[in-house]
Formats: sequence, structure tokens, C-alpha cells
Amino acid sequence: MQFLLFNFLSPALGLLFQTASNGRIATAWEKAQHPDLSKFLIIGSLLFIIGVAGVLTRRNIIVIFMSIELILNAANLNFIAMSRYLQDTGNVNAVAGQIFAVFVIVVAAAEAAIGLGIVIALYRNKETIWVDEIDILKW
Amino acid sequence: MHRYIWLVPLLPLAGAAINGLLGRKFRFSEKLISSIAVGSIALAFLITFAAVYSYAFSSNAMWPQTYVTSQDGAFNFTWIPGGAVRITQGANWSAFETTAEEAVTKAGARAPDQRNQSIVTPGVTHGGSALLNVEWSYQLDALSSIFMLIVTGVGLCIFVFATGYMHGDTGFYRFFAYMGLFMFSMLVLVMGSNFLMMFVGWEGVGLCSYLLIGYYFDRQEAANASRKAFITNRIGDFGFALAIFGVIATFGTSQYTDVFGQAASYPLERLGHWGLLSWIALGLFIGACGKSAQLPLHVWLPDAMAGPTPVSALIHAATMVTAGLYMVTRTNVIFQHSQTMMMVVALVGAATALFAATIGITQNDIKKVLAYSTVSQLGFMFMACGVGAFVIGIFHVMTHAFFKALMFLGAGSVIHGMHHEQDMRRMGNLRKYMPYTYLTFLAGWLAICGIIPFSGFWSKDEILWNAASTRYIPVGWIVWIVGTIAATCTAFYMTRLVAMTFWGKEKFLNGHDHTVEHEVHNHDHDTLEHHTPIPHESPASMWVPLAVLAVLATVGGFVGISTAFTGGKHIGGRMNIVNFMDPIIWNPATHYFGKEEMVDSYGKPLEVIERRAALTTQALPVESPAPYGSEGFNLAHAAEAKLGSETATEWLFILISLLVAGTGIGLGFLFYVKDTRLPDIWAARLKPLYQASYNKYWVDEFFGWAVTRRVMDLARGVFAFDSKVIDGGVNGSAWLTRLSSRITGGTDQYFVDGVVNAIAAFVARLMSPLFRAAQTGFAQNYALVMVLGLVAAVALFFGADIARAVKSIFALGL
Repeated sequence: MQFLLFNFLSPALGLLFQTASNGRIATAWEKAQHPDLSKFLIIGSLLFIIGVAGVLTRRNIIVIFMSIELILNAANLNFIAMSRYLQDTGNVNAVAGQIFAVFVIVVAAAEAAIGLGIVIALYRNKETIWVDEIDILKW
Repeated sequence: MHRYIWLVPLLPLAGAAINGLLGRKFRFSEKLISSIAVGSIALAFLITFAAVYSYAFSSNAMWPQTYVTSQDGAFNFTWIPGGAVRITQGANWSAFETTAEEAVTKAGARAPDQRNQSIVTPGVTHGGSALLNVEWSYQLDALSSIFMLIVTGVGLCIFVFATGYMHGDTGFYRFFAYMGLFMFSMLVLVMGSNFLMMFVGWEGVGLCSYLLIGYYFDRQEAANASRKAFITNRIGDFGFALAIFGVIATFGTSQYTDVFGQAASYPLERLGHWGLLSWIALGLFIGACGKSAQLPLHVWLPDAMAGPTPVSALIHAATMVTAGLYMVTRTNVIFQHSQTMMMVVALVGAATALFAATIGITQNDIKKVLAYSTVSQLGFMFMACGVGAFVIGIFHVMTHAFFKALMFLGAGSVIHGMHHEQDMRRMGNLRKYMPYTYLTFLAGWLAICGIIPFSGFWSKDEILWNAASTRYIPVGWIVWIVGTIAATCTAFYMTRLVAMTFWGKEKFLNGHDHTVEHEVHNHDHDTLEHHTPIPHESPASMWVPLAVLAVLATVGGFVGISTAFTGGKHIGGRMNIVNFMDPIIWNPATHYFGKEEMVDSYGKPLEVIERRAALTTQALPVESPAPYGSEGFNLAHAAEAKLGSETATEWLFILISLLVAGTGIGLGFLFYVKDTRLPDIWAARLKPLYQASYNKYWVDEFFGWAVTRRVMDLARGVFAFDSKVIDGGVNGSAWLTRLSSRITGGTDQYFVDGVVNAIAAFVARLMSPLFRAAQTGFAQNYALVMVLGLVAAVALFFGADIARAVKSIFALGL
């Protein structure tokens, strides 16, 4: 565990909490004005990985849903970060990322509604929400 | 009035159509059917009479010009419009090609409503090409006048007779429909203005003959006879059709006036020279042989007696069988161009005359005797045509129509009175029971025997005189001898017929049985009388036509009175048939139409007429040159050399002809009245001859052996070839197909399917657990695979970049 924390993750953590060269507040302010894109991308990938892991490993179908939301939000985070980054570079299409994020939220809401409906139907028929007890996709 | 001759064929057609189409449906009574049929024919006869009068004898007569209804627009219908048809004659084609092309182009470019107008004068490009424009129009000239009068006049008598004869028959309406149709066809035949119309009529009368011979179609012999007549006629029609094609190819038109006008200027073809016109004439003569029952195509006519007796009288004695004569006389220009064909016609006619007359001597069926007599008389007519006396041939057609129709109707009356008994051996002494029939029959008998002054004498004597004095062919004396013998036989068998039927003992009283019944049809009248063997006189509707025909048979010959009686001239002007018909007879010596009077009938240019008018003013040469140069041995000239004068020679031949007629009658009287044992004695003495004659020279048997059996053998052979070789080939290929399909089927079943099944089995056995295991059904497993795939894809595309980035991060040395 120690090895994992310090030898493997430390470069990533280091990347995330880079040391600033200027005064601390000014630096923080400037960082807030011009956030570093890579930090967001890393957080987004972590979120994505957590979501995928959740989808693949959890048995409770509700938790799987929540993991899917995590995946979607990872994507949203990427969109927003890229949008902001492009804004800084002066690209006129930068707002597209934000619009995409809104779309993703809408789709996620609809998907959640349908998904929960399916879950309820499933539960009524199979009396379970444990996905390893549901193998009817085989047929 | 001659503008209305188009009504003449139309009226019988209308009558036939009404009777035939409505008669059964509306159950016409016999009276109605009779009045429609007889009325239409009577009207046609009246129109014909008026038209002929107006054409030939009225104050503004057209005679000797030919009248065609399309000339003045009285009746014209473009039957086969030209334009698309191009007639060519191979030899001169290239020389006339440009003209023909132009003509065709022009014809095609015409406006639709002008297409029927001929822009190419028919025949002007003779020998080259022309457009064939065939019109439906009627022609009235001397020849068609006479035939129209015969057909409608004699036809009217026979129609009236038939109303009595066919009384009670279930097919009354059918009979008169066929008869009307026949009249229509015959009138089209003789009135048509071109060869194609003649052909239409020709085939039409053939069809009606077939229908009427087979009228009692429920009797096998009638059905067979009708087919025999039809098939035999087809052989003749084949020649006729070829000749028509020849005419069209040679002259570029089928219109009589154009064809004959052109043909007149063709060179003569002397004996042994087979030129174009000889071949055409041969084809025409084959057609005439078929229709007019000449050797060897005569076999159908005696069998045709299976039809009702009025049919025999109308079709197989008076009118249809003379169609051949009409055709030969109509095309006399063509025939006279070919000396060879003239000789063929004369010899065939003479042979037929003798041949049929000898058969007539031994026949016992009254209608068979008359049938062979008809064949014989037709032979006489062709004899006349062959020796160049076409007018006399037609004259004999006319007199023969009178007396033969009379005798056939008399025979019909006898058969009717004898309750459908046709065997003369069961008759006898009928003059007691049927006086009118007897008296009228006597006129016919004397006429056919050639007793002066009955009609047959004038025509037959003229035929024999022309045969003896002919300058057309070198064998006139043979024709004369054969004709004289045939005339003797004619007188003999006719006397025999009259003696056996009307004189002698009454043979119907003993042993009348119904074993030999002919023409059985339903007679629902006089049932009581019907079963008594006593003959009865026929009703007035039957003997009145007989009386009319008897008068005609007696006096009809005076229109052609012999020149020996009138001082060497044809007296009577146009009323004399020789003068009347002269304009349509071509003269090979002068190359013009007409011999006695210089007239023109085929629309010659004016200067020709003027030249001929000049000729008329000159005195006729006493001895005109022979038509074909040399004339060979001439019997009349030889006799004249002995006697010194032509009139004396003519009288000599008249006496000879009367003498042979008297001999024939005397012999007949001797054999069948004086001593009735003589026939049997002589039959035994001349057994081979008797047998040959009685069996009709085995011609039917010969044809049966030589033609029918051969055709059947051929048919059998062809059938065998078909069933063995053709069917064998077909079946063999079917077998081969089956075999190959069995092979390919086996291959498919065992090899292709085997491979496929093996693969399937391999997959099923080996691979399926693998794949089945992959299908867990758990969503997460699928999601895992997707993620793995994603990872793999990312690794594939960005693996190197990621590795580098990771390496660089570690390289920071945190």
C-alpha cells in the first residue's frame, strides 16, 4: 500500500498539486483565473475509471446506475475543462463544450428515468436487483 | 340497267344469310324459307336479264365493249390496295428497278384517302414491275352475260324444284342457305373482273359443293364423297393458284382487261415450245380439270351424287362444273398463244368424253349414269375449246345446262316418286305413273342424243364439225373420231336409261325392299302413300321447272344454229351466240379479238380500232392462213377435196353425227326394249370390257393404290420417324438430363452437403462450448468485454504515447 501510494501515485499527486513560483495568493488567484487543464483531465479520468470500475464490479443495480452517472460526469468535466481551455486560447467555438455538457445532463436524466423504470420492472418480475442473479441476456 | 349488276350476286347472298342465320333461330316455315330463297334468285335473274338486255340489245348497248363496274363508278371497291406489294419478274428486274423504286416511293407518299387510286397504270411496266392493285368490281361482257343468265335462270328452275323435292327435310333452311351461298360464289366467279375474284368464287363454289355433297352428313358415303370432292379440287386449285401467280408476275396485274390486252401482243408458242404463256395455260388447265372433272381428276364428280338431287343438277351438272369452261374461255388469249396447250385441252377433253361415256353404259344407279354423262359432256366442251371453238364450247355449256339440269331434275322427280329408289333395275314403265316427268325427260333425252332440232344437236354437231375442220391442232381428226364414238355411246346409254326407267315392265312391284335406300330423309307427308311401292307424279313445284327446262332444251339450240342451214353465215346478228361472243375470242391469225365481226372488247388504242375498221371494209380472205402456220392432216379439208364444196362437207358431217346418234338410239332400243336378253348376252361375251366399264376402269382403285395408299404409307413412315427418331431423340435427351441430374444430385448430396455438414459439425462439436461459455447473460460481463476492448483500442492507438508520458513522469524523479 505504501509502495503504491508513494511510488506509483506520487507523480500524479505531484502533478495535481504543483508548486507555484509566485506569491501564494496571487498564484492561487492566477491559477483560479487560468486553471491548469491537465488537472481537470486527470480528475476526469479518475472519475471515469472509478465509474467503470463501479459498473463492472458492483452487484447492486442502483450502484451501477450511480457509477454510470459518474462516467457521464467525467465526460462532462472534460467538456467543461476543454471549453474553458479553448476560451482562453480565444477559440470562438469554445462554448460548444458547455452546450454538450447540458445535453449530456439531459440525456443522463432521461436515461436515469428509463433505467429506474426498467429496474422496477425487473424487480417486480425477478424479485431481485442483484445483477449477478440476472442472466436473461443469454437468451 | 347494267349499272346495277352488283346486286346480282348480293341478292342470293342476302337470301342465304337470312335463311342460314335466322332460319333455325326463328324456326322459319318451309314456305318462308322457300319464298326468301326463290325470291332472291328470281330477283337476281330479273336484274340479270335486264342488265344483259341493256348491255347487249338495247338501243345504246355497250356491246362489244367490255363493261366493268369500276369504269363508270357503278361499283368499285379497292379490295387489295397496292402500294406495299411490289411485283417483279426476275429477268428484267435490274432494268426497271429505278422505275419500280420511284413508283413504290410515290405510292407510299400518297395521302391516305388517295391510296386506292392507282398512280401506276397497271401493267405498263410489263415484264418489269408494277404495283398490284386489285379491285372488287364486276365485269359484264358476252361471256359473263351468258353465264349469268345460265346460273340465275337454270338456278331459278332448280330452286323452285328443290322447294318441292326437299319438302319435309329437317335441314330445309340449311339446304337453301348453302344453295344461296353457292349462287353467290358462282356469280362472283363469272362476274368478277379479275383473276383473284374468279379465284374467290372458285373456292366459294368448291366450299359450297363440299357442304352440299355432305348435306346428309350422317351418312358415311356422303361425308366421304364430300371430302373426296374437296381434296380432288384442291389439286386443281393448286395449279390454278400457280397460274394466277404466273399471270400477276408476267403482266403485273390481275385485271382481265389489262392482262388480255397485254397478252394479245405476245408471240405465239407453237407445238412443243413451252413458253411463259404455255406454263400459265397449263396451270389454268389443271385448275379447270379439277373443277370440271376431266381426266384424271374426274373421280370426285360421280361420287358427288351423294348429295341431294337438286344439288347434283345445279352444281354438278349445270353450273359449277362448267366453271372450268368459263375459265378456259375467259383466258382464251392465253390458251390460244400455246398450240401445245390447245392440243392438250382437246385430247384430254376427247379422252374424258369417251372414257366417261363408256362407263355410263354399264352403271345402274340413275344418278351415276347422269354423272358420267356430265363428265363426258364436259369432255366434249373441252374438246371444243381445244380445237379453237371456244364459242361452241360455251354454247354446249348452255345447252348442256338446259338438258342436263332437266334430266337431273327428272331423275330427282323419279327418285322422289319412287320413294328414294335410285337403282334403275327396280324401275320401269314409269311413263304410266309420271307423265309430266316422262314427257320432259324425253326432251332432255333427244337433246343429249343429238337429234335435230333439239338443242344438244346444234352444239354437239358444231363441236364435232369444228374438231374435224380445226386448223389449230394437227390431231383434229383423232379428236373427231373419239368424239363421234363418244357421241354414239352417249346416245346408247341415254336410251338405255330412258328404256330402263320409263319403258318396259314395271319392276318395282316385285321385290321392292328398303335394303338399297338412298337419300333417306324425314318425309312426314303422305305416310300412307310413302309405304306403297306405287310411284306417284311429283307436285307442280317440281314438274313446272321441268317443263320450263324442257322447252329450253328443245329450242335453246337455235341461238347457235349451224351455218350449213343458213347459207354459210351466222345469221341473227347478236342473237346468234357465235356473233355475240366473238368479241372476247382472240384470233391468233390477226392477233386481235374477234373473228367474224371486227370488234374490240379490251380497250385497244384508237388507231388499232381504226386499222381494224379499215380491215372490215376489205373483203375477208376466202382462205385465211392457219393460225399456227402448218395445220397437218385436216379431215374436213380432205373431205372437201373429194366433195368439192364446204357446205357439202358440213352436211356430210351433220349426217354422220345424226347417223351415230340414230345408231346409238337404235342399239339402245334393240338392247333394252326389243330383246331384253341381249344386254346379258353381250355382257358375257365382252366380259373384260364389261367388267372394266362396270368398275369404272378401276380408276378409284388405282388412285387408292397409287395415291391414297402411298400417302398413307408415307404418313405412317413419317409417324414412325416421328415416334422413333424425333421422340426418341427427345426422350433420349430427357433420359440424359435425368442421368446428369442424378449425378449432380448425388454430388450435391454427398460431397457438397458433406463438406458443409462436416464444417457445421466441427463448429458444433468444437467451437460451440467456447462461444457458449462467452454468453454468460450477465450484463457486467459484456460491459467488461467492452471496456477491455476500449482499453485495447486505446492501447493500440495511444499505447506508445501513454508509455512515454508515464516514463516521463517517472523520470521527473518525484
